[in-house]
Amino acid sequence: MSEPVTLKLTAKDFKSDQEVRWCPGCGDYAILAAIQQFMPELNIPRERTVFVSGIGCSSRFPYYMNTYGMHSIHGRAPAIATGLSVSRPDLSVWVVTGDGDALSIGGNHLIHALRRNVNLKILLFNNRIYGLTKGQYSPTSEVGKVTKSTPVGSADAPFNPLSLALGAEASFVGRTIDSDRKHLQSVLRAAAEHQGSAFVEIYQNCNIFNDGAFDQLKEPATRDDYLIRLEHGRPITFGADGQFCVVHPPGGFGLEVRETASVRPEEIVTHDATVADPAYAFALSRLPGLDLRNTPIGVFRSVDRPSYDSVVQAQLAEAKATVTETPEQQLAGLLNSGDTWTIV
Amino acid sequence: MTKQIRQLDRVVIRFAGDSGDGMQLTGDRFTSETAQLGNDISTLPNFPAEIRAPAGTLPGVSSFQVHFADYDILTPGDAPNVLVAMNPAALKANLADLPRGADIIVNTDEFTRRNLAKVGYQVSPLEDDSLAGYVVHPVALTSMTVGALTEQDVSKKDAERAKNMFALGLLSWMYSRPYQSTIRFLERKFAARPELVAANIAAFRAGWNFGETTEDFAVRYEVKPAKMQPGTYRNITGNAALSLGLVAAGVRSGLPVFLGAYPITPASDILHELSKHKRFGVLTMQAEDEIAAVGAALGASYGGALGVTTTSGPGVALKSETISLAVALELPLVIVDVQRAGPSTGMPTKTEQADLNMALYGRHGEAPVAVIAPKSPSDCFHAAIEAARIALTYRTPVILLSDNYVANGSEPWLLPEVESLPDLRVEFATAPNGEDGVSFLPYLRDPQTLARPWAIPGTAGLEHRIGGLEKADKTGDISYDPANHDFMVRTRAARIETIPVPDIEVEDPDGDARVLVLGWGSTYGPIGAACRGLRQRGLSIAQAHLRHLAPMPANLGAVLRAYDRVVIPEMNLGQLAHVIRARYLVDTIGYNQVRGLPFTANELETMLEEVLKNV
Repeated sequence: MSEPVTLKLTAKDFKSDQEVRWCPGCGDYAILAAIQQFMPELNIPRERTVFVSGIGCSSRFPYYMNTYGMHSIHGRAPAIATGLSVSRPDLSVWVVTGDGDALSIGGNHLIHALRRNVNLKILLFNNRIYGLTKGQYSPTSEVGKVTKSTPVGSADAPFNPLSLALGAEASFVGRTIDSDRKHLQSVLRAAAEHQGSAFVEIYQNCNIFNDGAFDQLKEPATRDDYLIRLEHGRPITFGADGQFCVVHPPGGFGLEVRETASVRPEEIVTHDATVADPAYAFALSRLPGLDLRNTPIGVFRSVDRPSYDSVVQAQLAEAKATVTETPEQQLAGLLNSGDTWTIV
Repeated sequence: MTKQIRQLDRVVIRFAGDSGDGMQLTGDRFTSETAQLGNDISTLPNFPAEIRAPAGTLPGVSSFQVHFADYDILTPGDAPNVLVAMNPAALKANLADLPRGADIIVNTDEFTRRNLAKVGYQVSPLEDDSLAGYVVHPVALTSMTVGALTEQDVSKKDAERAKNMFALGLLSWMYSRPYQSTIRFLERKFAARPELVAANIAAFRAGWNFGETTEDFAVRYEVKPAKMQPGTYRNITGNAALSLGLVAAGVRSGLPVFLGAYPITPASDILHELSKHKRFGVLTMQAEDEIAAVGAALGASYGGALGVTTTSGPGVALKSETISLAVALELPLVIVDVQRAGPSTGMPTKTEQADLNMALYGRHGEAPVAVIAPKSPSDCFHAAIEAARIALTYRTPVILLSDNYVANGSEPWLLPEVESLPDLRVEFATAPNGEDGVSFLPYLRDPQTLARPWAIPGTAGLEHRIGGLEKADKTGDISYDPANHDFMVRTRAARIETIPVPDIEVEDPDGDARVLVLGWGSTYGPIGAACRGLRQRGLSIAQAHLRHLAPMPANLGAVLRAYDRVVIPEMNLGQLAHVIRARYLVDTIGYNQVRGLPFTANELETMLEEVLKNV
């Protein structure tokens, strides 16, 4: 087999000629720049890359990528992308969505894309607010959130997007942050390599309607003590001085954070994204508190499971393998099948 | 004993029983035997939505009507000449449809006190005078079937279940049907259980022999083959024909067919059928909901497939937003609506034509699409190809309005030569189309068809973005320019309105008709039969039938204005009439019934005769 050709693409190649129209200071700019810089690394020709989005601020994303792209309708991007991906296995299909688009109006399509394990890379920009409709609470907003539509506070309990994805049988689940380009690209790299659905939650700041929602995870003073950076094969410790760690208490159901000094080293959980049982990744997804303390980022889960696309294409290939006739001959045979009679 | 043989020109038989009695299968088999004989046929199944409604009750009655003749027929027949009633409920539910003098074959074993009470019979109708006007043949179908199978290696329950084959055997004898295809069918159906093959064949033979020997059936009937166009035929339902039409569209276009569908009565059979044709590259996806089904189909179209979604009215409502997106994206998409009685869940297994307004107008914004309606079961094949042709050529969603009547009804289908089917090949865009030689303008239109280029992902140099936001003419960039939006709205309307469709043909053999009956979709058969009836009585009437509902044939206005009266029978409250009046300023006389059942030729004939009297 010949060596794959290196396309020598650059970030510039992925910038479209359209004027970017997010609000100045929006976290989406950082994500766009990070992705445009990252895409050449995949060495996939631009024409074989497709971004499909729904509706919302994040869903303007495809217009700014110089690839194929579709800005579709609210919540339906995973469904549209499924039809494209399963019928065109040669393409690299990415879905860009937001917390309202993916988890509210499009919740059904998201969970079914994940359970089918369609070969989609799903990037959920979570800013915990409705931006494009000017500031209503979203399905990831905290209880009691005061917004235009909830003047005395929201009564809804939020979704935890990663817990939801894991419950929907996702084979790849990760989380990253808009402002940490290096980390964002590392998670995208892992997602791109994954066969099947890859679900990546990106914490994204909406500086107009929900400014500072993730500040604790970004401010130098707090971030190290709040963030748990998951690394495959490494014991899960965090804090400016590694003073915290994650353990699985005997008799308990999930994972807990302890002071590193208070436990024996062998009690510290070593991160393994390939654990078959989703209970482990689910327990990780439940660690953060309301104040964002103990927020894991990185790849929570990455397991091998046949993608929907590959199973469907294999069925087609098997059915076609025995065909020796031309399509027209096949059709004539099909039309003439069953109980026929001839009148002369 | 030799039996008298009597020639008939046509017969209507209705098999009726409990929904577990296998009446649909019995009717199907009888139809297939009849087709082999060369009669013209038309069938009408009628069954409850419940899979197993309580046994022996009126709501649980399932029936199958078959009309066969030695000439070409257009409907399943208004009134049965023969009713096979497998239980008291089947008798009671169908008796009102029978003309006096009709034959009734009843399974006396089921006429127990308990079963009679279930449907409100105080006294068995077999024992009072209530059936005096009919020719009743009491047959102990169940016990004779069980008796015939004592030597067979089957349980009593399986033996009883074979009673429908006894009934089929008896009817096959009565009407001199060839039974080889039924034997072959049983061998296939029960291939895994040879004892059931033997039992069912034995039951069939027992029924046949019973007819041969009993004195109750003194006459045997024959219906000579119909004079039909030479060629090879098969009997086909509308749903099966429509599925084959979509497969054919894939072959003739050279594109993979992608079907996104969510199960819904009465459209699910299309999903079932198409899922069997993977060797043609047909990819079927049972989606999580109606919205995902059309979304996936649109996604596949974007990728260069022939995207199709199949559903019924409630599903079209859910797909509406995505169809509007397809209008904006200007991509091919075929939406099949097998109409059923609505609104809401309505009567899922009953027919209606009340989705016409939704097909024409049921979207937000100015969102025109092409609309086509098949006129008969076999026409579903050609209508599906026509829908695909328009979708692919003009890059537009096309709604194909079938209905439960044509979908589940059947008729002989003269099989077409594959080479005679339209060539649907399309050209994808492969090179830049901008004046500068490097840019690609996704909304630069073909001046003839007004279609935009179909540039599928994977084509180097043509990377572009499309979406639901209004697009600038030619470039497809996002545009809020008032004049551009006005232009784009008018262009989208014009590109549907200017699709060339064949002129509407008028059937007026006498040439002096003053009244025109205009129909659309599945009413073609009953309207045609009614017109024939009138003409046979010396009355002149013209018939025209719309297959293309959007755009409408260019000559339609002139045709309508040529008559003193235009009558529009519809299984809705006047949806086509409304369109005709608005578009052509021609007044119309509506005839509207929404009973979940097709029109009878007789009721239309009576109605039209009244109109003729008043011209």
